[in-house]
Amino acid sequence: MTLSAEQELLAPITLRSELPAETLREMYHYMALARALDERMWLLNRAGKAPFVISCQGHEAAQVGAAFALQRGKDFTLPYYRGLASVLVMGMTPTEVMLALFARAADPSSGGRQMPAHYGSRRLKIVTQSSPVGTQIAHAAGISLAEKIKGGDAVAWTSFGEGTTSQGDFHEALNLAAVHRLPAIFQCENNEYAISVPIRQQMAVNSVADRALAYGMPGVSVDGTDLLAVYEVTRRAVERARRGDGPTLIEARVVRLTAHSSDDNDRTYRPQRELRSLRQHDPLARFVAYLHDHDLLSEAEAQELRAQIAAEVDAATEAAEQAALPDPETLADHVYGS
Amino acid sequence: MSELNVLEAIRQGIDEMMAADERVFVFGEDVGKRGGVFRVTEGLLDKYGPLRIIDAPLAESVIVGACIGAAMNDTLPIAEIQFADFIAPAFNQIVQEAARIRYRSNGDWNVPMVIRAPYGGGIHGALYHSQSIEATFAHIPGLKVVAPSTPYDAKGLIKSAVEDADPVLFLEHKKTYRLIKGSVPASDYRVPIGLADVKRSGSDLSVFTYGLMLHYCLEAAQTLERAGTSVEVVDLRSLRPLDTATILDSVRKTGKALIVHEDNLTGGFGGEVAALIAEHVFEYLDGPITRLGAPDVPAMPYAKPLEDAFMLNPLKIATAMRTLAAY
Repeated sequence: MTLSAEQELLAPITLRSELPAETLREMYHYMALARALDERMWLLNRAGKAPFVISCQGHEAAQVGAAFALQRGKDFTLPYYRGLASVLVMGMTPTEVMLALFARAADPSSGGRQMPAHYGSRRLKIVTQSSPVGTQIAHAAGISLAEKIKGGDAVAWTSFGEGTTSQGDFHEALNLAAVHRLPAIFQCENNEYAISVPIRQQMAVNSVADRALAYGMPGVSVDGTDLLAVYEVTRRAVERARRGDGPTLIEARVVRLTAHSSDDNDRTYRPQRELRSLRQHDPLARFVAYLHDHDLLSEAEAQELRAQIAAEVDAATEAAEQAALPDPETLADHVYGS
Repeated sequence: MSELNVLEAIRQGIDEMMAADERVFVFGEDVGKRGGVFRVTEGLLDKYGPLRIIDAPLAESVIVGACIGAAMNDTLPIAEIQFADFIAPAFNQIVQEAARIRYRSNGDWNVPMVIRAPYGGGIHGALYHSQSIEATFAHIPGLKVVAPSTPYDAKGLIKSAVEDADPVLFLEHKKTYRLIKGSVPASDYRVPIGLADVKRSGSDLSVFTYGLMLHYCLEAAQTLERAGTSVEVVDLRSLRPLDTATILDSVRKTGKALIVHEDNLTGGFGGEVAALIAEHVFEYLDGPITRLGAPDVPAMPYAKPLEDAFMLNPLKIATAMRTLAAY
């Protein structure tokens, strides 16, 4: 890694005000939409209408910030199962998300075949994902390898939790991407828990970003509850990638505001004090405060936006609930193309 | 028409596909300057350059995983696993990812890639350079598994595999690489995936096999011919999809079925063929469906007497043919 790469990525983030107010409000919209959808999914789960929910809550700033640095329809995103906010920014609609929650035939990710939160859409270049963690990191390396072979300038952005960095595929993929200076961005959303296992039992380094040095690529650790910081770091990484200067590892330090999933109970392993203080790190509250402080969003506007989002979530829920289930006759479809 | 060995035929197939379509590239260990440890990709680096003949880091999971990603970004990757014995680290990528991507995305995404893997023994490769891995992977829907045994089939099948819209595990028996020669036409032909080939027509007994064992079976069949027993030898070529029609037709004709593979017997691919025959043409059978495979030991040992004891040969096969023919 060159010193200039480090300097470039770690340069003080001072460009916030350069983003138009309209963009900042749009960013807030996606964060709030992701949160509202996520909360509704938990309600539907507790009401017995959705067997499984896995949450994005606490990761919204890291994902919206990163996704805004990507080009929709051009760049590839390979999110993991907490990637709700990232796929919304890349173009997936609330109704499409809800179709997956209810396992409906029209679910664009899988036609009701996969558990919810296994996002995918070829049209949006959101790459289909599985449940074994870390496999998508290798795919991101391969997508960017193909991009290099073709001489294109799209980038591949992939996300994963800090637990996944223990997987071999994380190591193999980052190594490959660095060797060939591939246009890939590896975003680790470090919420300090792999289900119940805390980060201290996952790795001995202080930051996932430290590992980048061993691969010969820049690694940056950023406060993942600070949307604009993540946006700026990712924007620089994307620029580097498009220029042909290679991949970047970004650690976005986030909080997991919920249990691992609807089948988990985090009170059995998280200290009480931590559970009580979680909301103090809520990225959504932080960004609202920022917008208020900079007179970019009035309380009236915020209320109006929330009402609009609530209506959007209601409509998405209703449309998805009423949509048809998959026909058992389609069970054997799409095993092979021919 | 030229006389090629299996290795040359595969190389020619890859070369012609790369010349015809710039989306095709090769990714594997030592495939560049060295031309592969068996020389299958020899000369291709000079011809196509380092962006299309790429030496991979020594990491099988990302060899396959990166090719999956590349296949989803409009290229046609050929991954080389240096020895089939080393494919285990890539199992997750092959089975959970490559094979399931079309299905799990409801047909939205697909993975047009080839995974080449030299397999099989009889070459003093010991436990970890001799394995037969086909049964494990042929179990997986979404994956195609082919195992050609002649130069003609190898070239025709590698071209079909590169063009296929789904992942194809392309198994190359390494003992056939230089041992087996045959004529290969200059024309741009294909051998379709999913079709077996009756390599020898006969009336008393049907033998179903693939890979190196095909050649041993043909030799054994010739021995029996001299004693007046007419053996039909069917080269399965493609294990998934499997050409059940050709298998069943053959048994309807001869009434006797022997399945021969180099892999060990229990849970081997022969069990699948035997079950198909038992289910669909039971009333045509005139003898027990018989399987011949390696003993159920973990893998092939190195020392010659042990390797010989493990491997089938034309003599052992001829004995099994005679027993079944006499039933």
